[in-house]
Amino acid sequence: MSKQDFLRRMPEAASAFSRRARLAERLHIDFFLLLLLMLLTVIGLTVLYSASGHNLPSVEKQGTFFMIAYVTMFIVAQIPVEFMRRMAPFAYVGGVLLLLAVTIFGDISMGAQRWLQIGSFRFQPSEIMKLAMPITIAAYLSRGFLPPRFTQVIIVLGLIGLPTALIIEQPDLGTSILVATSGIMVLFFSGLLWRYIAAAVVVFGASLWPIWHFMLHDYQRQRVLTMLDPTQDPLGTGWNIIQSKTAIGSGGLSGKGWMEGTQSRLDFLPEGHTDFIIAVMSEEFGLLGVILLLAIYAMVIIRGLMIAVNSQSSFGRLLAAAVSSTFFVYVFVNMGMVSGIVPVVGVPLPLISQGGTAIVALFAGFGLLMAIATEKKRVMTPQS
Amino acid sequence: MQESQQFKDHQREAKIFRSRVVVMAVFMLLLVSILVYRYYDLQIVNYEEYATQSDRNRVHVQPVPPTRGLIFDRNGELLADNKASFTLSVVSADATELNNTIELLKSLIEISASDLGKFYKAQKQRRHKLDPVPLRYRLTEEEIARLAVNQHLLDGVEVNAELVRNYPHKDMFAHVIGYTGRISEKEVDAFTPEQLQRYSGTHAIGKIGIEASYEDVLLGEVGSQNVETNARGRVMRILDRIDSKQGSDLRLHLDARMQETAVAAMRGRRGAVVAIDVKTGGVLAAVSYPGFDPNLFVTGIGYRDYKSLNEDIDTPLFNRFLQAQYPPGSTIKPVIGLAGLHTGFTDVNRAISDRGVFTLPGSSRLYRDWVLARTGGGHGRVDLKAAISQSCDTYFWDLGNRMGIDNISSFGGHFGLGNLTGIDIPSERKGLWPSREWKRAARREAWYPGDTVNISIGQGMVLATPMQLAVMTATIANRGVRYRPQFIQKIGDQVHEPIVDEIFETKPEYWDAIIGGMEEVMHGARGTARRVSERSEYRMAGKSGTAQVVAIAQNAKYNSALLKERHRDHALFVAFAPVEAPQIAVAVMLENAEGGSSQAAPVARAMMDAHLLGYYLKADEFVPPVGFHHAAIIKRANNYIAERKAVRVAKEAELAAKAAVQAVDTSSSAASAAVLETTHE
Repeated sequence: MSKQDFLRRMPEAASAFSRRARLAERLHIDFFLLLLLMLLTVIGLTVLYSASGHNLPSVEKQGTFFMIAYVTMFIVAQIPVEFMRRMAPFAYVGGVLLLLAVTIFGDISMGAQRWLQIGSFRFQPSEIMKLAMPITIAAYLSRGFLPPRFTQVIIVLGLIGLPTALIIEQPDLGTSILVATSGIMVLFFSGLLWRYIAAAVVVFGASLWPIWHFMLHDYQRQRVLTMLDPTQDPLGTGWNIIQSKTAIGSGGLSGKGWMEGTQSRLDFLPEGHTDFIIAVMSEEFGLLGVILLLAIYAMVIIRGLMIAVNSQSSFGRLLAAAVSSTFFVYVFVNMGMVSGIVPVVGVPLPLISQGGTAIVALFAGFGLLMAIATEKKRVMTPQS
Repeated sequence: MQESQQFKDHQREAKIFRSRVVVMAVFMLLLVSILVYRYYDLQIVNYEEYATQSDRNRVHVQPVPPTRGLIFDRNGELLADNKASFTLSVVSADATELNNTIELLKSLIEISASDLGKFYKAQKQRRHKLDPVPLRYRLTEEEIARLAVNQHLLDGVEVNAELVRNYPHKDMFAHVIGYTGRISEKEVDAFTPEQLQRYSGTHAIGKIGIEASYEDVLLGEVGSQNVETNARGRVMRILDRIDSKQGSDLRLHLDARMQETAVAAMRGRRGAVVAIDVKTGGVLAAVSYPGFDPNLFVTGIGYRDYKSLNEDIDTPLFNRFLQAQYPPGSTIKPVIGLAGLHTGFTDVNRAISDRGVFTLPGSSRLYRDWVLARTGGGHGRVDLKAAISQSCDTYFWDLGNRMGIDNISSFGGHFGLGNLTGIDIPSERKGLWPSREWKRAARREAWYPGDTVNISIGQGMVLATPMQLAVMTATIANRGVRYRPQFIQKIGDQVHEPIVDEIFETKPEYWDAIIGGMEEVMHGARGTARRVSERSEYRMAGKSGTAQVVAIAQNAKYNSALLKERHRDHALFVAFAPVEAPQIAVAVMLENAEGGSSQAAPVARAMMDAHLLGYYLKADEFVPPVGFHHAAIIKRANNYIAERKAVRVAKEAELAAKAAVQAVDTSSSAASAAVLETTHE
């Protein structure tokens, strides 16, 4: 049915499209998404070259990670969705065990215990959890009827809470927010009753005070205060945010030009190649550059949501929607914190900030999207 | 689970899901709008503010210090130049890090407690936490190398080159050129806003001497540059620059060779020598001995060095030619004589019969002529010429007494006595040429005839500096034309014209008489300094003097033997030459040397020989014995010294050659041994 509809909608392109569609199905690739990702890769490496202080080796390293990431994406895209669903419990348990391993054996870097060293390979298990979490919750919820019942919701919250708590303990607030969000997104898309949502908002609001006083570390509290008024400590904790706002603002409409950003080039902007890279981009390419980047991100997200809507299985739908909206949270939190409307929580700008594991994890997510996108078509092709 | 039920649920789930996607999309759209608005607000609405802030971060204005003008003598000999001095500065944001850095630096180079004290004081006063603070000045090449090797360990340590003053002749010109020093807080406080601007890049200012009096032209004009600095304050590049303008070079009338001649002729005795170019008033030489090394003061003299200079019994910091005031003694007799002629109380031919004593009418006090103690008698019959040449006190006692103080008071000024000479370096003292009014005001006493008697021979209430005596002598040589003594000859390309302060006119025969008397001093049969003119190639005129020493305040620091020596009279001599067409006037003062004619006059002769005949003395060359001062002999002696030196050098070369030959011998024998060994194989 749907194939006929599809062909009726674009009759003149039917033959060409169907040929390409068949190729895409065979390879499990979503060409449009791939195009957007390649665009972001190019932008990312370009901005990084400038932000890293014309450091070609670090750009080459990032490029290598991108290649690994693309391969990872293609591999993930080949995995049958049904298999993913069945493997979900193992992924979850494995992820939690790795997080425990980090707590016990992990490397300490910059005051946080986030890394696990296996041979010469060093990675952050919390990145695995970013994918294991939505897969697990989607798998769990798609087993039963939707919207989920209260007991299911409680179980889901438990599943979300355990790894989140472990990641907070590292401590890595940014990643824990992203992991929790990816789980909560699944819950939201599963049709969680609005009254539960309303109740959660009330509970969250009420728990803000104890969270502030008992759960947050001093430096995390400081980050919130700094966001509210960076000028209170202009040479200390407020420095980053003042300098990043200066970088963004001084970029103006069209920016100072590539490699011409004085804030980053002269080291006024700390972390310019990692979490604060959007400030470099804003400074050098201006508001137009920011809007272009946002537009590409928006298309990625819209594409992801389209894949979700078009997916025939609840698992695929939930997973695709959660991955897409988590990607959005990445973008919003990062661009918000650098511009001073969200506290600084250490979330990188997806595909632009330097950082190998994060990129591979993101691309694995896009691999999931592609698997889901092509899975649907496999179901609908006449050959089956 | 039943198929139908599952299918029905599937439809419903999809519907719920789509509505959730719509809700999420709307929510995302809202958040993206907030983001876009935020970036729009930063980049468009508040663009100006952030653009300014960004520029303020990176662009800083730095002053470009001007290069200080150089100072040359009349022959282009460099007296003051600038050389690079390397300063070690430390940037310290963190205290423990700073302590580690300083410990490490201490192990590499010498850092004294006073260096550290100054460093911590300056560190407290720095304006920004990333400002570099100087820790050590005047790094040696070796220290710079040691720092460079360990650079990777020394974060925040900078070595900066800065041009500082250098005085190649060290102490020889110390009291003339003076020195520059670090601008003190007191000086900064006294600056006008324009001066603050001019000195913004400069750390040094002229403190005394020429450096102080020509500070304004030597300094130059400060430039400025906009530099781009990174977050740690390091300059990355220069954006634009207005160059500084170098200060004007100065050319002085001074002759370095004359200066050296004076020092050599003084043979280490304390005192002062001033030589003036009669036709311009230009100062050819001005020595105050002992001097000090002005280079010590340039980057800040250490406490110990300063203490030793300041407490030295020989007072090297005291400028004797400009600030030491002595009773001029007999050197002013020509002036008194001229006053007598001019006012008509004596004439060229008037003579007295001197028995060696003088009494004021109605007084029983005996004034004894200096010759009485030596011969038991007086000078006999003396006219003015003879009175000058034999330095007859009685003649001038009588003349002074008859003229009265008022005639004398009004006359000194014509020769620059009792007034500042107007020399172009600061801190000049004006001596004393007394009058009734002065005594009444200063001492609350009436003027007594005895006072007049005393000052008629330059004793008592009369004081003059060596510079004043030189001006007085030059004025006599010029027959009344008094030039202002000046060091400066040229500022940049601009010639500094001689300044005539006064032209005193009187009859030519009067000048002939007193100049004749002064010529007799040198060449006459009974002239006091006749031995000094032996075998002279030109005619000279001079006058000796003895300045009585006022009791030195007792001080436990100085032992009595030293003090006894220091109670001897100072020897004075003034002279000019050639008599027919005077070119040079000299004033010599040797402390505690007693004989004006025997001790000070030879120094004056050396100066005149040097200027007129080119017989310059060098500090390390033969200096003739007193009273045996002849250019040919000096030349012969120096030739002898040169010969001896040549012999010594030849001998050393011979020895060195022998040693080298021996070394070659041993090595060649070793080589031949090796050859033997190889042939054995």
